[in-house]
Amino acid sequence: MANVISDETIEYVGILAKLELSPQEREQAKKDMGSMLDYIDRLGELDTSDVEPMSHVFPINNVFREDIVTNGDMRREILSNAPGEKDGMFMAPRTFE
Amino acid sequence: MAKQYETVIGLEVHVELATKTKIFCGCSTAFGGEPNTHTCPVCTGMPGSLPVLNKQVLEYAVAVGLATDCTITRNCKFDRKNYFYPDNPQNYQISQLYLPICRDGRVEIGTEDGKKFVGIHEIHMEEDAGKLIHDEWDDCTLVDYNRSGVPLIEIVSEPDMRSSQEVIAYLEKLRMIIQYLGASDCKLQEGSMRADVNLSVREAGSGEFGTRTEMKNLNSFKAIARAIEAERERQIDLLESGEAVVQETRRWDDNQGESYAMRSKEDAQDYRYFPDPDLVPVVLDDAFLEQIRARQPEMRPEKMLRYKREFDIPDYDIEIITESRHMADLFEATAALGSQPKKVSNWLMGDTLRLLKERDMDPGDICFSPENLARLIALTDEKAINSSVAREVFEVMFEKDIDPEKYVEEKGLKTVNDEGALRAVVEQVIAANPQSVADFRSGKEKAIGFLVGQTMKAMKGKADPGMVNQLLRELL
Ligand SMILES: [Zn+2]
Repeated sequence: MANVISDETIEYVGILAKLELSPQEREQAKKDMGSMLDYIDRLGELDTSDVEPMSHVFPINNVFREDIVTNGDMRREILSNAPGEKDGMFMAPRTFE
Repeated sequence: MAKQYETVIGLEVHVELATKTKIFCGCSTAFGGEPNTHTCPVCTGMPGSLPVLNKQVLEYAVAVGLATDCTITRNCKFDRKNYFYPDNPQNYQISQLYLPICRDGRVEIGTEDGKKFVGIHEIHMEEDAGKLIHDEWDDCTLVDYNRSGVPLIEIVSEPDMRSSQEVIAYLEKLRMIIQYLGASDCKLQEGSMRADVNLSVREAGSGEFGTRTEMKNLNSFKAIARAIEAERERQIDLLESGEAVVQETRRWDDNQGESYAMRSKEDAQDYRYFPDPDLVPVVLDDAFLEQIRARQPEMRPEKMLRYKREFDIPDYDIEIITESRHMADLFEATAALGSQPKKVSNWLMGDTLRLLKERDMDPGDICFSPENLARLIALTDEKAINSSVAREVFEVMFEKDIDPEKYVEEKGLKTVNDEGALRAVVEQVIAANPQSVADFRSGKEKAIGFLVGQTMKAMKGKADPGMVNQLLRELL
């Protein structure tokens, strides 16, 4: 494996992803991430010197909607996906600034 | 000798655009809906939903860019800013990092030392987040996604401001431009305009920037001015005592008059921006820009010149009235209904501004219609009500846009122009106040004022004071 993920990196990624990993999970995650990066590195083998940079894979631009209200009240459907609900709102674990 | 310090300030201003629908879905942006009633799979980040850009958002953003001398980015796109927080159901905010819609603009402000330009680094389009409410009872956080996906533009200035006065002048100018364009109502108190202040201090004459902090939670111009003064002092104190300013985000507490560092997410701040694959690029051609340019409304400088030509009112009045597009529209519409322009301007410059100030309101909050103002002016022109009654009626009209004709009728406030009835009351007043009558006859001119007052009181204010005066003199 060409990419070696350090303990610091996995720690940092864990903070960003808000994940707490056990020591075993950490080792597994380091291995998995390393092989993912190896896989991505294969892209570097391609010769792209003749390819124009692009920001989207489809040759389409300018897809717009008009500023017209098309959605009605779908609170029931939307909240049916909530793990918890109170007063018409999603219930989440306590968060603060 | 004490060191001299210079304050260096840049602003990030978020403005909520006045669209009917959200930036990427057909949900309403109306205020005051029950929680989560303006939501759909797109703005709650459901897997498989597809965002589509609201064309009006693009048009407003370009209009603001053109009005602030920006270069418009012909090829622009949206990026995902990744972060985990319950106000953001997608776990990313759709924003623009790499190719913001507008760049390199400027606005002119007036300062103590004359005119000056504040540079605009960029303007980008993005979506607002949901609202979090702390629930004490269950010790949890409740989330309302009605604001999620409401369109914003973020206007990032260059660090060109040097004092709170310059910051306020810049914000007032931006607000005026955006209100004139109709792109937003820009109300700080209601959050449709929010400013974050980036501030650092440096020794006067130094070419280097000091370490800056970012101040959030500033809900009024006064709070912004206070926060700037306090943060300047705080940073100078740190430097004077040999400590370093820490780059951090701080939250202003306007009641305490001080700020505190927000929980430092600094070391875990990595937004991993990347182009949003759900949204296709936006490519703007000359025709599109020309269309927006042609649609730009008359801005303040042209409006002032036109008012000079069309209306017989003082320059000072023109200056005040055109500070707010709403006020200017109200002025013109009322004058178009036949009211004498100077009289319209008097109501706007006098009682309207006084009431706005007393109530801490913006000219944009004025609710009375030009029709009702024109009716009130007509009532006074016809001498159907006197000026003190007119002011009373105006206050009610300012409150809830009542029809002054109806109101005056219902409350019986019409001036009694029936000379016979008035004469009878004047005679009674003369009979009841022999002392004042005697005073007047012996040459005390002031005594007549008292008698006029007594008559007005007896008439419950519904008399023309000029007519009362005239009758008194005749009968004495
Ligand atoms: Zn929606």
